[in-house]
Formats: sequence, structure tokens, C-alpha cells
Amino acid sequence: MDKPKVNHDYKPPTSYDEMFFGASNGVGILPTVNSGFRTFHPEFDHEKCIKCMFCWIFCPEGCIDKTEEKLAVDMDYCKGCGICAHECPRKCISMVKDGEHDE
Amino acid sequence: MAINYKTLDDTELLYGAKTCQGCGAIMAARMMMKILGKKTCLATPACCFAATTTVYPQSAIFVNNAVSAFPGLAATVSGMAVAKEVLGWDEEVTIVGIAGDGGTIDIGLQGLSGAAERNDDIIYLCYDNEAYMNTGVQRSASTPYKSWTTTTPTGVCSKGERNEMRKSLFEIMVAHRIPYIATASVAYPKDFMEKIAKAKTVKGCKVIHVTAPCPTGWGYDPSLTVEIGKMAVELGLWYLAECENGEMKLNHMPKKLGPVDDYLKMQKRFKHLNEKDYVEISKIRDREWIRLKKMFGLA
Amino acid sequence: MSEKAFLSGNEAAAHGVRLSRPHVVSAYPITPQTTLVEKLAEFVAEGNAGFRYMMVESEHSAMASALGASMMGARAFTASSSQGLLYMCEMLSYVSGARHPVVMVDANRSTATPWNIYGDQRDALSMRDAGWIMLFVESGQEALDTVIQAYKIAEDPKVMTPVMVNLDGFTLTHTYDMVEIPAQDTVDKFLPPFTTANKMSLEDPKTLCQTVGPDFHAEGRYLQQEAFGFAKVIIDEVDREYETFTGRSYGGMIEEYRCEDARVVLVAMGSVVGTTRIVVDQLREQGEKVGLIKIRSFRPFPKEYFKQLQKKFDAMGVIDRSISFGFEGTVFSEVKSSMYGSDTKLSNYIVGLGGRDIPKSLIEEMFHKLFELAGGKDDEEVQFLGMRWK
Repeated sequence: MDKPKVNHDYKPPTSYDEMFFGASNGVGILPTVNSGFRTFHPEFDHEKCIKCMFCWIFCPEGCIDKTEEKLAVDMDYCKGCGICAHECPRKCISMVKDGEHDE
Repeated sequence: MAINYKTLDDTELLYGAKTCQGCGAIMAARMMMKILGKKTCLATPACCFAATTTVYPQSAIFVNNAVSAFPGLAATVSGMAVAKEVLGWDEEVTIVGIAGDGGTIDIGLQGLSGAAERNDDIIYLCYDNEAYMNTGVQRSASTPYKSWTTTTPTGVCSKGERNEMRKSLFEIMVAHRIPYIATASVAYPKDFMEKIAKAKTVKGCKVIHVTAPCPTGWGYDPSLTVEIGKMAVELGLWYLAECENGEMKLNHMPKKLGPVDDYLKMQKRFKHLNEKDYVEISKIRDREWIRLKKMFGLA
Repeated sequence: MSEKAFLSGNEAAAHGVRLSRPHVVSAYPITPQTTLVEKLAEFVAEGNAGFRYMMVESEHSAMASALGASMMGARAFTASSSQGLLYMCEMLSYVSGARHPVVMVDANRSTATPWNIYGDQRDALSMRDAGWIMLFVESGQEALDTVIQAYKIAEDPKVMTPVMVNLDGFTLTHTYDMVEIPAQDTVDKFLPPFTTANKMSLEDPKTLCQTVGPDFHAEGRYLQQEAFGFAKVIIDEVDREYETFTGRSYGGMIEEYRCEDARVVLVAMGSVVGTTRIVVDQLREQGEKVGLIKIRSFRPFPKEYFKQLQKKFDAMGVIDRSISFGFEGTVFSEVKSSMYGSDTKLSNYIVGLGGRDIPKSLIEEMFHKLFELAGGKDDEEVQFLGMRWK
């Protein structure tokens, strides 16, 4: 999966020497995941999927991954909004309550 | 430029933002970054986008970025664009400002007007969620007629927003005679991204006004963001248009400007309205389209 | 080769800007700063400027675009006055908190209402908490030299704080004097090109001017305060170094004039220092033991200097071209608090508001009052002088 990862090794500064300068920071730093936003998550029926990529373009978070044969979802950053399922023209995405399936 | 979702870059340059579920604004910003790519320096004022991407220690933006003062975004990106030229930065770097409707057509309008008049080489993206959403849904000049907001609440003496007409950023920018202006919608991603791609090739001030439905502020289920965006365009409550070097063009003519009832009924911010209000809003919409058709040379 | 020219304070400052080689100048005209930015525009028109002049539509945008330029790594300059300074005041904090070394000139002018275009120091002093280094100059020559020094101070890695160079409106901005304009290559040797890591770049992308919550905000402010501590040393060092290049220096943060055996002294800031020097000389010729302390750096405030004075003088008067309503003159408050514990009798003379002239006779009157004060006479601590009526 080619998505940015959570920075598990982010450590806050422990002294003035380690403080960020002014009001600056690096870019692309994700100290926490967004999975806490959701109650439901998308599950794909890959047989019906025609790889139209509507889900990929409409996902506000960008957490649908199209690099592999089968589309996949970054569960660290999916917020479970359901736009992918709603916009899929083949209705091959279902929103499943977290914890109900093994995924 | 033909947009093919399969060949668009996989790299996410906006990721992990703490936006609400189904946020239209981050959807718009992500679509834009798919076209602009890594060679981008962007700035954003106080707005949803800034507050959800750039709170230390998080940085959900994967390119150079800065947060500027609420009224100062256009001037900040202008300064960045001028410095880019004087310092001899790579010409391919795009300087972008991303702001909400508040930071653009209310408090930010003076600065944008100045940047447009100077024709500084910037892309200015205004994502319009029709109120000051970041601070808790207060009205803006882009809040639609009779919409509930916290500063236009409904009650015995009020049916929400009093102004029939929203400020037209498109027409204001046309009057500034900048090389490229467009309106777009997240529900029409190919149209939107083609406009970004076109803006990237133009030198000078480019303003793109994209509608970005907001589940939290408008009051609908987050999964409906794209559907509501589509309805708004098909009902003529938002239009898709361009102005290239003074030539105005409507990109999409809705098949039929039907009744607005279903659209309004889907959103909590309109739940205080009744049949008479729906008819009134439809009539205002119809009147506006007589004017718009003339403006686009379609009358 | 340096050259001499008969220049106004504003024109001299403009030459200082030109010689400092900024990349971007973004400024909005406002009396009495106008002739400064007009001169900069002339340089551009005559092909004598390496900078781009941005025609911004307001002062707020002037500082916002200076910030934008500085964030890309450019050396930026802006200038304003009074209403314009107040209009951009939000952006002053933006620039200082993010530690971008922008330099600006403020033509000190009264703030409305009533509307007044003439000089006093209320505008700049009302911005003393914005986190900018604030230097007040006495002459056109000093204005030119201090603008150049300002960039060196601002861009020092231990300081990295924006600098405001203050010229009294009309009394300094529009009065003429012979000024030596140093040669460009002399200035180039003194002021190297601007380099910093606190900027955007493709190789090392940055987030700038981010949001910081309660968890780390205070530490950043502590570091800003610490930088002002370093600035105290660096302002003195830069001034002494400048002397080795041009033969001119101004005492760094503070200049004492004929204070060695003075009984009473006046503390002053800005162009009134020049007038006070003349009065000191005149009174000295009459045998009076008077002296003058010029505050050149108001922020950082030369607290340590005042503290070490102890009981050196019998009486000290502070000239204020400002008033903090409900309290006292701004400079006086700061001098007095720095002098806490000293037995020197202190007096505050509020003069020159709204461009009112401060004639030599008024300054003589101040010294006279100070002698009386030193002699044990009771007098009001805060006095408005040069007024129409008692």
C-alpha cells in the first residue's frame, strides 16, 4: 500500500535545543491515525469491481489504494464517511460496522 | 489535458487531515494537488483547511506550506510568487493559495483584489462551504438564502440568511480581467481537475471557485457530499463556468432547472423551510438564470 | 567610492534600503513615509535597484507579502506610519512569531483621531509588544546606516527577529542634511547575502507559521525573549563593526552625551535628541552640569544600562512624544521601572504630540525643572509641557 504512514516514532521536543524554530515544522508528519473517526468501514466485492476509480477520486481522505490488482483501504486513515460506497456505480462497496468482520 | 483516474499519481500530498467525515474542502484540495504535484508551495489562511492540517506536531500537507493571517492570504501568496521569481526558483513550482469562502470573499476580498490587479503568478483556490465553518458555522457572503447558520439562526423573527443573492466571486474576478477564472464542483472532478491543469499553464492570477459541500455545517449524512454537490449543479444553484482572457463560457447547462425541494429537504440547515419557501427559492433561481444566460451569451 | 548628498531623512533611509539589496519591497504609501517609498520606486525606474517593488493595495497586504517573500528566503522590506502601522499590526506579530527577519521603516506619526499627519511616537510605541526590535534614529545619516545595520542584526542566527527603524515624521523624514552614502561594495562586505534554514525549499520542504497549542506555545515565546537577550549584545557588536567599515557608529543601544559629571540628565529618543544636544552644549558653556542619554534601542530595552546608573545623577527627566492614557509616558514607564531602587529623582515630560514643535527653550525649561527637582522641590511626576494653557 503506497500511502503515508503514521509516525509512530514522533517524539515531542524534550529541551529548548530540540524545539522547532519560530513556528516551523517539517512536512508530512502524522503523529496520530484517523481511524477513531469511524464507526463503519468500506468492504469491497472485488468480483463486481470494474476499477472505474470513482471511489479513489471521491474519497476525501485519499485512503483508497489503487497500486495493487485489487483496490484496498488504508484502515489507519479511513474515516468511514461512506462516500465511496454511495458513489460506486456497481454498488460493490458495503459499509460494515467496525468489529463485525475480520477486516 | 484528459483526466484519467487510473493514471493520476498515487502519491498523496494531502493525507491524514483532521477534517470531518465527508469533507468537501479536503476533497477539493486533494483533487487539486493530484494535478499540481510535488513542486508546489502553498499557503492557507485561518480556515478549516489550515486548522485540520497544520496544528503542531501534525503536518498533513506533504509540500512546502504556510498558514497566514485570515485577511492576508492573497497578499502572502503574492509575496511568495514575486520572491520565487526574484530568487530564481524552479519555474515549474506553482504558488497556490487555498482559502475558504470567508477568507476569500469577505475578509480576504481586498487582498485578492490587489493580487488580481497586480496579476501576480498564483493559483487561488477558494473552496466554498457556504459559511465560516472552521469557527462553528457562522454566515458568510456565500451563505445561501434562508439557510440556518449560528449568526443567522431561525426563530420567530428570522428564517435564516436574509440576502437573496450570494456574492459572485466569479463575476468579481471577471471584472478584474485576470487571465483565468473558473467555477467548479467536487462532484464533477474531471471538469475541476481539467480547470486546475489549465490554470497551471497560464501565467498570471488564476482564481478557481469550487463548491465544497460540508456535512457538518449543512446537516446531511457524510456519504452524500458528492450527491448533494451534483444536485446543486443540476438544479442551477451552482454553475460550472470559465472565463479565459475575458471570454466567458458556461461549461455545463443543466438539463432542466427543476424544483429545489428535494435538495433543500436533504439538509438540516433548511429544515425550517416550507413549500412557500421552496417555491420562492426556485423563482429566485429562475430569475438568476435569465441573467446568467445573457451573461454567457446563451439567451 | 562613497558619495555625499543633500538628502532628507526619508531619502537617506531609501539609500540604506537600496544598499542592503533587498529582493522584494512591498509598501503602501502613507504620509510622512511617502517620499521614502517614492525614492525606492525611482531607483527601480532608473535601473538602480535589484529589488522588485510590489504595488500592494494596503499596509496589511504590504506586511503579508513581505512575510510571503521572506518565507521563500528573500530579503524583504516595507515601510509605513501611524494608521498604516496599526492596520498591519496583526501581521507584525505574524512575522515576529515565525522569526522572519523583515526590516521596516516607520515614520513616526500620531494616530487618529483626531486625524493628524505630523510626528509623535504614539504609533510605534503602541506596537512595542509585537516582538519587533525597535531602533530610533536621530538623523538622516543614522537612518541610512541603521537600515543597513538592521538587516545584519535581524538576520543574525541568534536573533532572527524583525527590526523596525523609526524616524520622526516630518521632523526627520522631511528635513535635509548632508549625508554620506557608502559605496555598494563597502556595504556588501559588511552585509552578506541573506541565508537561512527557516524558509521553504524543494530540497527541505517546511511548514511555516503553523498553529501551536498550549502544549508548546509558551516555550516558543521564551525563545523569542531569549533572542531579544542576544540582540542586546548583537546590536552593540553590529554598530561597532559598522564603524570599522564606515567610520560611523551610534553607541549601539544607548549613547551618553556629556554625562560624566552631570548632575541632571534628559533621556530622549528620536530627532529630539539632536535638539537636546545643542541645549546641553549651550548650558554647559554656562557652567551647568547637564547631560543627555539617547535611547537608540527601545526594544530590546536597555534595562541593564539604567539599572547600573544607580544614583549617578541627582535628577533625570524622560522626554516622551507619547502618552499611555491612564498611566504615563511610555518611555518614562520603562526607564522608571529599570531604575527601580535608585534614588535619582525622575520626571516625565510629555511634549511634541501631534507634531507640536519642541523648541530649545522648552528643553532648557526641562533642565531648569530638573535642577529644581534635584534641589528638593516637589513637582508633578508626569507633566505635559509646551501646552497652550495650564
